[in-house]
Parts: sequence; C-alpha cells; structure tokens
Amino acid sequence: MTGGNVIAAPGVPAAAAPSRPGRLRRIARRRSTLAFLMTLPLLAVIGGLVAYPFFYAIYLSMLNKRMTRFVGLDNFAFLLTRETFQFVVWQSVIFAVSAVIAKALIGFILAHVLHALPAKGQRKWRGMLLVPWVIPPAISTLAWWWLFDPTYSAINWMLMGIGAPPIAWLGEPGWARFAVILVNVWYGAPFFMIMYLAALKSVPDQLYEAAAIDGATGWQKLRYVTVPMMKNIIAITVLFSLIVTFANFDIVRILTNGGPQDRTHIFGTYAFQVGIQSGDIPLGAAVSLFMFPILAVFAVFVLRGVTRRSKEMAG
Amino acid sequence: MSGASLTTAGAAAPAYRKVGSIRRERRWALIGAYVALAVFVLFFLTPPFHMLVTSLKSSAEIADLSGNPWVVRRPTLENYWELLQQGNYLLHFRNSVIVTLVVVAVTMVISTLAAFALARMRFWGSATLATGVFLTYLVPETLLFIPLFQIIGGLGLYNNLLAMILIYPTLTVPFCTWIMIGYFSSIPKELDEAALIDGANHFQMLWRIFIPVALPGILAATIFAFTVSWAQFLYPMAFLVSSENMVLTVGIVSDLIRGDTFQWGKIMAGALMAAAPPLLVYAFLMDYYIAGLTAGATKG
Amino acid sequence: MAQVSLRKVVKEYEGGVQAVKGINLEIADHEFVVLVGPSGCGKSTTLRMIAGLEDITAGEIAIGGTVVNDIPPRDRDIAMVFQNYALYPHMTVYENMAFGLTLRRFPKDEIRRRVENAARILDIGELLDRKPKALSGGQRQRVAMGRAIVRDPKVFLFDEPLSNLDAKLRVQMRVEIKKVHQTVRTTTVYVTHDQVEAMTLADRVVVMNQGNIEQVGTPQELYHRPATRFVAGFIGSPAMNMIPARLENSAGALRLHLPGEIVLPVPAERTQRYAPLAGREVLFGLRPEHLTEPKNLDRPNIALVEAAPEVIEPMGMETMMIFSLDGTEVTARLDPAVPVELGRKMPLAADLNQMHLIDPQSGRVL
Repeated sequence: MTGGNVIAAPGVPAAAAPSRPGRLRRIARRRSTLAFLMTLPLLAVIGGLVAYPFFYAIYLSMLNKRMTRFVGLDNFAFLLTRETFQFVVWQSVIFAVSAVIAKALIGFILAHVLHALPAKGQRKWRGMLLVPWVIPPAISTLAWWWLFDPTYSAINWMLMGIGAPPIAWLGEPGWARFAVILVNVWYGAPFFMIMYLAALKSVPDQLYEAAAIDGATGWQKLRYVTVPMMKNIIAITVLFSLIVTFANFDIVRILTNGGPQDRTHIFGTYAFQVGIQSGDIPLGAAVSLFMFPILAVFAVFVLRGVTRRSKEMAG
Repeated sequence: MSGASLTTAGAAAPAYRKVGSIRRERRWALIGAYVALAVFVLFFLTPPFHMLVTSLKSSAEIADLSGNPWVVRRPTLENYWELLQQGNYLLHFRNSVIVTLVVVAVTMVISTLAAFALARMRFWGSATLATGVFLTYLVPETLLFIPLFQIIGGLGLYNNLLAMILIYPTLTVPFCTWIMIGYFSSIPKELDEAALIDGANHFQMLWRIFIPVALPGILAATIFAFTVSWAQFLYPMAFLVSSENMVLTVGIVSDLIRGDTFQWGKIMAGALMAAAPPLLVYAFLMDYYIAGLTAGATKG
Repeated sequence: MAQVSLRKVVKEYEGGVQAVKGINLEIADHEFVVLVGPSGCGKSTTLRMIAGLEDITAGEIAIGGTVVNDIPPRDRDIAMVFQNYALYPHMTVYENMAFGLTLRRFPKDEIRRRVENAARILDIGELLDRKPKALSGGQRQRVAMGRAIVRDPKVFLFDEPLSNLDAKLRVQMRVEIKKVHQTVRTTTVYVTHDQVEAMTLADRVVVMNQGNIEQVGTPQELYHRPATRFVAGFIGSPAMNMIPARLENSAGALRLHLPGEIVLPVPAERTQRYAPLAGREVLFGLRPEHLTEPKNLDRPNIALVEAAPEVIEPMGMETMMIFSLDGTEVTARLDPAVPVELGRKMPLAADLNQMHLIDPQSGRVL
C-alpha cells in the first residue's frame, strides 16, 4: 500500500464544484475561432460566388431587357408563352431522362461484366472503358461533331458500306436529338460503370455464398442480393446524373448549338443564347432559374441518399 | 469430408455431371462478357481513334471523299506542326496550364483547411456548413453563369483570365472539401490525441499528421480539381472573347473554324493534344482518379 | 516523476449523463495503478481526464502537485499508449518515437540517444526504419510504448493497450510492460477491463463501477477481502459463487441455511462479527477454488456437502463442475484426477475459512 487513503465518494453532488471559466475552456473558444478562420475562404467562395449570385440571378430575372425597370415575374410568364421555350423544357426532360436511363443500364451491365472478369484482366478493360469520361467533353464532342459531319461523316461512310442510306445526323431534328443523347451516353456511361463497380465490390462475398446455399439462381442473386445492396448507390448516381445531364451545356452547344430550328436546345444552351449571345441578361437568368426547382428536389434526394449511405458505411 | 463422400458414392456420378455443366456455363458467361466488353470498348474508343486518324491526315486527304475515312494513307504530322508554330494554340495551352495550376493550388488550400476544421474542430454551425458544401457541389454551372457574367463585368474582369481563376473554385472547392472531410474523418481520433499529447498544435497536426496520412485523398481531390479546371467550357465561353486570352476548350473552335472553313485535321490534332494531359494523369494515377470519382457518394 | 491526485472528480457529458461521479484517488510516485471495471464504468474517461483529452466537469486533478485542470495535454508532461496504438502511419518507427521530441525542439543527438535507449529497452532496434504497417501487433505495441518512454514524462497512461492482441501475445506483452515499469519506474495509470491483467500488473488495483470507485487495494486485498458484492464477483475467475442463504443463531452457534436443506456452520472465530445479523437473509459467497473434492478434512471449518454435477468442464489442469441450488448456479473446482459423472451425487469440501457474507440490500461485504 503506497498510496494514501482512498474513499469512494458517490454522494458528492456533481454540480457543487464551481464552474470556473478555465484556461482550457478559453482554449476551446480559441479553437472554434481558429476553426472559423480556417473555413473562412470556403465561406467566401460559397457565399460570394454561389449564394450571392443566386440571389442576384433572382433579382436580374425580374428586370426588363435593358435592366432599367423592375418587371416582376413578367420574364417567367413571357417564357412560358413562347413555343421555343416549351420545346426547351420538353427537350431537357427527354434529353436528361433518356440519357440517364441509357447510361444507368449500360453502366450496370458493364459493371457486372467487369466484376465477373478475373482480377488481372479487369484493370486493363476498366482502363479502356473509362476513357470517354476522362477526355474533357468539350474536346471529345469535337470528335463526334466530325463523325457526324454532313459531307465527311465516317459513320455514314460505314452505313453506305452496308447499303444503308446516309443520315443527316445533325440536320434533322429527330436525329439531332438522338445524336446529342448518344454523345451524352457515350460520355457518361463510364461514370455509372465505375460507381456500380465500386458498389459491387463492396457487397460481401458471403452474401452470395449464403444465397447460393439457400438455392438462389444467378438471376435471384441479382434480384435479392445485388440490387438491394446497391439500391442506395444506384439512387445516388441516377439522381446526381439527372442533375448534371439536365444542366448540360458542352455537348449540345458544340454539336448542334440548339439547332435545327431550336429543337435540341436545353436550358443551359438556351439561357446562353438568350442571355449572352442575344444580350437579354434578365431573360437568360430567368431561363436558368427555371431549372432551379427541379434541381433542388433532386439535390435534396441525393443528400438524403448520401447521408444514409455514410451512416450505413459507418454502422 | 471423405467420409461423407464415401457414403454418397451412388449419387456422385450425376453430381459430377452437374459440376461439369456449371463449368461450361461459366465459360459461356465469360465469353459473353468478353463479347460485351469488346462491343463497348469499340463504341467508347471510336471517337478518340477517329480523332487520331484525322489528325494525321493532310487537308487534301481529308477532303478526298473516295477514300476510307478510318485509315490514313499518307500519315503526316503537319497539322501538329502548324498548330505549334503558327496561331494561338500554344498560347491557349499556356493559358489553360496557368489557370489550372492556380485553381488547383487555391482549391487545395481552401478545401484542406476547411475540411480539417469541419472534420475535427466541431464548432457552431459546422454540421450545417458541411451539408451546405455538399449542396453547393450539386449546383451546376449553367444555373449561375448569367449573374456571374454581370459580376465579372462589374469587377472589370471580363475577357480576363483572372475571372477564370476567381470562378473555377466554385466548381472545385465544394467537392474537394466534401471528399477531404470524408478522408479526414476516417483518420482515427486517437491519432490526433496522440499528436496532442506529443505536443502538436492544430497546424502541426494538420501539416504533419493529417495531410501525410490522407495523402491518397489529397491526390484524388487534386486530380479532380485539375480535371474540372482543364475541362471547363461554359465560363470561358461566356467570359473570354479575344483569342489570346482563351483557354484550350474554347480556343480550338474559335481559331480553327473561320466561317464555313473547318480545318478538321488541325481541330483534331489540337483536340488530341488538349485531351493529352488528363489522359496522361489518368494513365499514371488511375486508382486515385477513380477514388476521387467514387468518393463523393460514399465518403462524408 | 510524480504523484497523481484526483479530488472529487466529476465528468458530466452534455445531456446530464455522469460518466464519473466524484471520485478521489491518490497515486504515489513510481506506483503502477490499474483502473479496472466493466465497459462504461468510467475508467477510460478518468484516464482521459488525467491526460487532458476530456475536460473536467468538477473537482481537481493534480500531477506532481500542480493542478492540471486547465493545462492542455501537451503541457502536462504525460505520455499515453492507446488501444489501437495510434502510430502515425506515414512515419517510420524512429520518426514515430521522435515526433514528440521534435515538436519540443530537442537537439538531434539527444533525440537519437533517447530513441535508441528506448529501442534497446523494448528490443525494437531492428525495426527503427520500418513503417507501422510492416509491424506485427506486438511490435506496434512496443513502438507505442517506446513513444511514451522517450518522452521521459511524469506519468504513463495506458488505455487498454493489450485489447487488440491475441491471448498469447497479451500474456507476453503483460510481462513486457511490467519489466519496462521496473526499469523506468515512471508513475503509471493503466486502464483495462481484464481483471487478470489488473491483478498481474498492478501495485494497486482500482475497481470502478458505474462512475464510482468500488474499492482500491493490492491484488491480494481485493481477492481476499473484497469490499462489495461487485468486487467479489468481478475479481477472480471463474467468479465467486453467491448463494442466497439465511443466517440463524442456534444456541450461540451461527448456522447458514442454504437452499436444498444444506446447513453450514459458521466458523467460530467469525461468530462475533456475524452475530448481529442472525435471522437475516444474506448472500453466501464462496470462490470455486474453495469448493473442491474432499481434502484437508482434518483442518478446522471444512464442511462436506453433496451435489450432483449438471455440467462438467474439463480444463486440463482442473475440472469445473457446475450444479444448481434452487436455481442458483454453483461452480466447484476439482482436481482432474477426481472421477466425476453427470448426475451422480458426489461429496464436496467447502472451505468456510474463505467464506464471505454479503448484504443483498447494500451490496457490502459484511
């Protein structure tokens, strides 16, 4: 027994000791000041270049073309009556929905195919399949533009080789719509593939083994193991891609610039044409802002999915 | 095991046949997989391949409609030479490099500091701010380019590379901060406590523990910032007008298309060289590239 | 080197949960004290308050006579070893050990001298250039200790340092830690949930439960004279048998009436101590090692009882035999040579010199 006497004193009231504004507490306060200073640049970027412009956009969208007069919601009302704008809304929806469905399907298939490969070959194939995603879309779309060239189209050359008639890829509204979707799918499918592949790899093998022992067929494993385990990642990826595709600019701008007859315009390109090229800043801002409600809804769902997923990963 | 197989010897024969059929099934599945892969690799690599083929052709060969557009008969580097020797291509390349380097540096400083504070130094509103960062990442550039156009004009930065340096971080900082929060949060709390007891202050902890330990994450975030800055198209399109101030994504089109004359050979050569830096980064750092790409949905 | 004092230390988390409810503890210079208790008993919180990783809600902690409540960890001159080692993964073993000294701007050659000295004590000289990833669990644990030793602090704090090791390595490292303490003699506070670790390492053991200290004492004291029902049950493996009983006084001699019509005579020398309790319900406590096959029957206060085994656990060096008395499971510890058969009654010897009586209401050992 080296120490002094020791008493267990369960009866001591906890709050009895005076709470001193100690140095440690001061340090804690200094720490949160420091933390605030460290986030200040981030706050400046978000506040000054995202939040402020957003409210500024709302203000701008309520001015007349010369920005001399407040016109309330006139710009929005005017847009709704314009046939071109109605085309833009429709085309944006068609463009985003069909491209995302195609990307998700292709990505899902490719992820499964890759996952089935032996680990050694997987890397090489994955490397090649990701190339479209790595090239800046503004650059790769130039290649597609050239492939769709009315006179020199290398695709048409092949079509003629098998006896099919050449196609006016970018000259005919239907085909032009198809072309912009095709290029978007080409660019975005690898993203889905890699996301799904990562999710597939995170499904524990024991689950498949347990399912196999329970007598599940390959299809049933997919239905009852893979898809439920990937549900969240699928939802996040689809919603995220819906946002990005819906708000796309590069591909449509380069490939068709909205043509022919404004039939391939989506919100982004139309806002650019109206706001920057035609110089009607308020109207352009209004076009962009039309995207906001739908983007906000998607964003909230993405956030929910991500929060849930990180909870799952932690739990 | 052996005892069990002995007692079921009678059933062994049909079981064997079944094993064989599974193996055959597997082989067919694998062949199917390779066919699917080949089809998609062909689809995915056709545009870059055609880009390369065209860039190696002379204008005369491109204009010649009688030949096969998929092959080069007389390969030449003249498109590349002309691009590098005359016109503003090199200038555009330089501008892209400057903008990208500065933006990446600024982004990493801002997001590393912020992520450290948000991941480790809980303070009033930190959770809300982390959520806000993620939501900001989901704001597409097409939503805000018009007010930004006005703001840039107001600052006198129209047609100025500084505008790019000012605005690109809105696209890079939120995502980089978000994934860095994830990486920093995954560092065990005991590591900071050990550092605290070892006598480190907050900056020493960040600089000597967090940054080295989260280096893969930092690399992934850096690559992401690089990719986004290098590929940005809308902002230069809207805010840059004179050729000597342009970056690659807009410079190629503006300089090589004069009215109806498309210099396709040079466009493709320029595009290929513009695609080279991200492709090289990707080739050498594929794992970090993919980590950055997939982290957004799983970290945080 | 220094003593550590805790005076009425309270830790209350937001929401009013009290993890530590006002404890007092004096740790002498050079002493090795182990805080032991089940998870959630407040032992780790106490250690972390000594380290400065948690602030103290009320009360005082002093290290070497200085109250450290408001002193940040780096100025408390303590070193800590964590359960998961907390080695810096990007630094070599040498850099890990040198880090604390580097931050304190020690001269280079002094750092080298200290690291090499610590490496010699811990026998990790070969590993200095490796990264933690390339080390085994035991080696990592040594490095974590080395990081503490080089600092030559006033106090070593260990937070469940052996929990991540396998059983064999744990025993080995236990010996290692004891040797290191005998070499450097630094005051040590060690937290564990493992009573064997506590008993083998400690000069004194502090048993904690639900934020309070149940008992402080040497391992021997805790084993032979537990102060509370909790300590009696917590220290010793397998745990002490506690059988509900009634104490009766028949003609000046005390008798314990156990379930199953068993009546045990209380040793005469305890009559005076227990006499006031006659007629009350108590818990009769007897460790399995004091309930054996019949032996030493010539000694005083050995009582014979009969029981039929319901479970037999042969352990090699001994055999555990478990039977139940009116729903209470009782374990006896037998020589492996004794023949035992499930369900067949056999005689057992209860060494009543080692018995305890516990007040079921207050939980205090009487």
